[in-house]
Amino acid sequence: MHDLRPITALGADARREDAVGALTLTERPDIALASVAARLGREGEARDRLRAVIGAVPGPGEVQLHDPEAGFWIGPDQWMVGAPFDTHEDLAARLKARFGDTASITEQTDAWTCFDLRGAEVEDALELLCNLDVRRMETGSARPTVIHHLRCFVTRRDPPDWFRVVGPRASADTLHHAILDAMRSVA
Amino acid sequence: MLIDHPLLGPRDASEFVYLGDASLIDRPDWQADDAARAFHDYAYLRDNPAGPHRELWFHEGGDRSWLVVTRDTTTHEITDVRLARDVALERRRSS
Repeated sequence: MHDLRPITALGADARREDAVGALTLTERPDIALASVAARLGREGEARDRLRAVIGAVPGPGEVQLHDPEAGFWIGPDQWMVGAPFDTHEDLAARLKARFGDTASITEQTDAWTCFDLRGAEVEDALELLCNLDVRRMETGSARPTVIHHLRCFVTRRDPPDWFRVVGPRASADTLHHAILDAMRSVA
Repeated sequence: MLIDHPLLGPRDASEFVYLGDASLIDRPDWQADDAARAFHDYAYLRDNPAGPHRELWFHEGGDRSWLVVTRDTTTHEITDVRLARDVALERRRSS
């Protein structure tokens, strides 16, 4: 019998939490992700179904903060949908049932890792990490960007001292190192 | 150099990967009688203008969309940026 135990993207049993000065960095292994790509000619139907799931259709640069499913724009007619892992481990299958053949759904939970960066100097830290104009991002903004040579998504949450960085899981340690470095530089 | 992405606004060129001449969108019909010759020209023959040039850029560090960028090769001035999917879909409609 296999005796497997789940580990986080950083290889531990529990989420990693770091605090530097007033800034906190929290690994979020408790988020399930799946991407939605509208099929050619079915974009309108796919948008209707997305609206039914997360309450809106995020345009370029937007995230729809919504429970239990939320979503942000990742490309033309493409969105990333997230939900709590505990209740939505099978998120991709559930979305497939909702979207049918109007969209292609791809499991993304194990392709990405999420970090929550919070604190008063959060903008200072993010400015060192990427070339986004983070001060002009508001709650509900979502931007693709490059952090430490890694393609990431940065979303601004509510309250606005809270940002989430979604980056490639295979480089979770590198991304974590880069964010921690920036936190030490501004704290 | 900044590329004014049609959806995401001005973005640093370091986020993009350059592919080449935008004529690569016009892939020849592989079933045509002159397919071998057409693919030879498609693969090997390029204009190399000193001036405005239409070229394909891939937004690798962003939304992964392909763009058709019109750039002056002597000044790097960018005069037009469009989503390659829109360019390709328009062509399909008009052909």
